[in-house]
Amino acid sequence: MKFVIKKLGELLVTMVVVSFLTFAAFDIIPGDPATNMLGTQATPEKVEALREELGLNRPFLVRYGDWLLGFFTGDLGVSYDYNQEVWSLIKEKLLVTMCLTFMSFILIVGLSVPIGMLVGEKKSWLIIAIDQLCMAVPPFFTGLILTWIFGITLKLFTHGSFPGIYNDFFGSLKYMIYAAVSISIPRIAMTVRMMSGTVSQELRKDYVKTALARGGRGKYILRHHVLRNSSVPIVTFLAQTMAEIIGGSIVVEQVFAIPGLGRFLVASISNRDYPSVQAIVVILAFWVVLAGIISDVINMNIDPRLKLGVEK
Amino acid sequence: MRNKSLSLKIGLAISVFFFLFAIVGVLWTPYSPTEMGADSQLMAPCPAHLMGTDNFGRDIFSRVMKGTGTTMLVAFSTVLFGAFFGVAIGAVTGYFGGKLDAVLMRINDSITALPSILLALVIISLLGPGRKINLILALGIVFIPSFARVSRTAFAASSAQNYITSAKLMGAGTFRIIVFHMLPNTVSVLLPALTIGFNNAVLAEASMSYLGIGVKPPDASLGYMLSEAQSYVMSAPWYCLMTGGVIVLIVFGVGLVGEGLRNGGGEE
Repeated sequence: MKFVIKKLGELLVTMVVVSFLTFAAFDIIPGDPATNMLGTQATPEKVEALREELGLNRPFLVRYGDWLLGFFTGDLGVSYDYNQEVWSLIKEKLLVTMCLTFMSFILIVGLSVPIGMLVGEKKSWLIIAIDQLCMAVPPFFTGLILTWIFGITLKLFTHGSFPGIYNDFFGSLKYMIYAAVSISIPRIAMTVRMMSGTVSQELRKDYVKTALARGGRGKYILRHHVLRNSSVPIVTFLAQTMAEIIGGSIVVEQVFAIPGLGRFLVASISNRDYPSVQAIVVILAFWVVLAGIISDVINMNIDPRLKLGVEK
Repeated sequence: MRNKSLSLKIGLAISVFFFLFAIVGVLWTPYSPTEMGADSQLMAPCPAHLMGTDNFGRDIFSRVMKGTGTTMLVAFSTVLFGAFFGVAIGAVTGYFGGKLDAVLMRINDSITALPSILLALVIISLLGPGRKINLILALGIVFIPSFARVSRTAFAASSAQNYITSAKLMGAGTFRIIVFHMLPNTVSVLLPALTIGFNNAVLAEASMSYLGIGVKPPDASLGYMLSEAQSYVMSAPWYCLMTGGVIVLIVFGVGLVGEGLRNGGGEE
């Protein structure tokens, strides 16, 4: 319990730091949102009135506090671009990106664990080479190739015809599977490499010798002793992968024209729609940190010693 | 162990090849990378145009040479920038520890909680997109935390060792201890981190330029070329394949070097 509270405290601190940095960053750049919104033709009085309306005249810390308070009560502010609540603009896109990242995550876990077990600690040059090669492929390049093969040549999907997550949930998932594969390939390679490294480190430890001396069979030891001991760093690694999946989806959504958070973010950045950018950045950060906390909780159940270390 | 030195050798061969490729590209290209040809649009690879031509009839091979140069320049500068500040922060926090260490590392963790591409996007939108120097700065800042983390661990580990105590007893100053005594001992940790950083920089540059917020014309960069190639995937698949293939090979080569360095340095 103490552990969970401590972790939630850490989550809060991280969120405040991230949100403060983003808020401050967008505050110091030149360019006035009010002037941007009204265009160059606007009279100074009009600009001043809009600044007043948007609350831009208040001191920095007041605005930050106000925004932070709003964030916790579910008010993400109003988009400069669309003049709409940011939340109503992004909630469908958030769902799309969540589905895409979860699909990628399931692919990564589902494929890298069996492949990792298969590869084990074999370190032939072929495996190293294949692994490094897969790591070297940028997701958007895979995306282009998959579009070419499956979209244009085999006509299994039509590029740019995303059905909409509310209209056709499974159709949307089917459309996004190619994007998920593009995101996953390099991460699977990294996870496999990480796994084989951890497992071979564990195999050199004394308890493996003891288990062997007691007459344990190799496979049993691998599955029951070694796997459990090496899963702590692997779970941590997978949680960190979450950040990279989200990063990957920002780019890959562009390749497949998927109307997700990433696409909206890139558009908001080029349109200088700062309330939207701030909200998205903080939501994504929250997501990544949450993944870290979940992994910590899972790890405590795998290795109860971690629990003791905290209680002391 | 044989595999390690093999991967180091192959990796070095590939990396040196592309490095030379980029250097030659700065001085000489078979065609002008910006010269358009009305009668030679979207030609398939042939002896005259090794990688074919693009939608404006420009020679893709020449453009890839220039683009490799741009991509490598951005990646090198980014890594140098990130490593310099990252190692400086890591050295100070690792050596002194205490409150400063705790605060800086907390900020560090908060920053690494964000996907690096997201952070780079935000920073570049602050600095203004489309300029090479801003791209380098944005990516460089993004890479500081990872270098700081790696070097902090290394510096903290070596600060407790006897040779540091003896250096202190002999009256060496803090700066001298950090730069001349500790830094050489962290090289084995830093070198693989540098190769990983370089690869991440290449991939990040490509992604950002692909999104249209990295390098912009007239500079050719591999990522930007891929975003152009996307429209011609059907009529000129080689455009996309050649450009992407070069990115893959560069990252592959440097990755092998890192792999060889890491394991070779650690175990022998």
